[in-house]
Amino acid sequence: MEEKILDILSKACEDDVVKEDLNIELFETDLLDSLGFIEMVIQLEETFGITVAPSELDRAQINTPQKVIDLVLQRTGRI
Amino acid sequence: MSFYSGFDFFSWLAVVLIAAAVIGFWKSKYLKFYRAFASGLLIYLIYHTTPNQLWLLLGYAIFALFLTKIYIYLKSRGNDSDFVFHTVVGLALMLLVFYKISAFEEGVGGFLGISYICFRSVQVIIEIHDGVIADIQAFSYLGFLLFFPSLSSGPIDRSRRFCQDDAREYTREEYSKLFEAGTFKLVLGAFYKIVCSEICYGWMQDFFAKPYSTLTVLGSAYTYGLYLFFDFAGYSAMAVGTAYVLGIQLPDNFRLPFISLDMKDFWNRWHISLSTWFRDFIFNRFMMGALKSKWFSDRIYAASAGYIVNMFIMGLWHGLETHYIQYGLYHGVILAITEIYQKKSKFYKKSKGKLWYKMASWFITLNIVMFGFLVFSGYINTMVQDFIKGAVIIGV
Repeated sequence: MEEKILDILSKACEDDVVKEDLNIELFETDLLDSLGFIEMVIQLEETFGITVAPSELDRAQINTPQKVIDLVLQRTGRI
Repeated sequence: MSFYSGFDFFSWLAVVLIAAAVIGFWKSKYLKFYRAFASGLLIYLIYHTTPNQLWLLLGYAIFALFLTKIYIYLKSRGNDSDFVFHTVVGLALMLLVFYKISAFEEGVGGFLGISYICFRSVQVIIEIHDGVIADIQAFSYLGFLLFFPSLSSGPIDRSRRFCQDDAREYTREEYSKLFEAGTFKLVLGAFYKIVCSEICYGWMQDFFAKPYSTLTVLGSAYTYGLYLFFDFAGYSAMAVGTAYVLGIQLPDNFRLPFISLDMKDFWNRWHISLSTWFRDFIFNRFMMGALKSKWFSDRIYAASAGYIVNMFIMGLWHGLETHYIQYGLYHGVILAITEIYQKKSKFYKKSKGKLWYKMASWFITLNIVMFGFLVFSGYINTMVQDFIKGAVIIGV
């Protein structure tokens, strides 16, 4: 499951570094911009059936790969 | 009396904030009630000379409260079709739209802060639709809509953030930090607005009055841009500072916009609460629709269209005058070009980390920004009309 999430994230970021460093900052480093963020949300929605509203999260709540994983695990009821 | 200008306002503000500090240091849980009192007092002091506006403001706030409550009720009954949602948003925006259209004539139906209050009421409705907000409390909701520091021109807070602060009790140490940061922002903001913006305004007037030359056009752009920055960033800092002392941590509106390295960077630093509102509620929604339903063959075209639509609406929001619409389209098209360039250009990917590239990019960005302000001011249109009438550019 984590692997799938990281696949989606690395595709949205167009960079595999997010698979290696789970605590890398996503927005400040320009890995994820508004567009990549939306692509990620749509993919997560389609793959795991979870919904994330565009305004729901502060960027600080989802600014590292680990936080993205935690969010998905939480939404799918695995944490 | 008007917000953040004149002796009267600042005297009242000082009294209100000294009392706030006493309560904040003593028992910050009472700040919640004090904020309601302070907003009531300041709204009365500012609006009572224009009773029409006062009643429209209060009327709108109560209307928005009922509208939102009814929407929550409908949603709880499973009745949240697109039609219901769009009708509710439409009703919340009706007065603003009516006002903007009639602003060409006399500006019927408006009141100070109308567009900013609409941002807040619509945010709540959209987040109810998204399932992010389940219910609202009347007292907190009205406190959020009518919070006086940001009533007239923002920063545009978000209800969930506001309500968190609203319910919060600060320890003495926490409040003392907040008080210190707030006072600093107030002083900085006052310095920006009263000193810096006044100086830039004077320079700007000189440049605007001179016959056209490359130098005066450049001078007009830069001095007008600086004036806009110091005026609005100064106001915003005072609003945020005031809110801090009252226990609400309003978001900052500016983060050194003139050091931006590209136009996307600029919009993350300039009028931040507005651009993030547009990002969350217009751009992102448009993009989700576009990507999910595959309106475009490539995501880069979707993004380009998204930027143009987004900024076009932002332009319209400033007003229906031609130069505002041009300003919106100008930024929309430039953001679209930036996006395509950054995604497609190998040259960009190769050089973006290098110092010389950053310096060149900063310089170009700054000039695009300053030229944009000139479009915004209507100067460019006047200039074009003058050329048509036969004016000429003289020398440099």
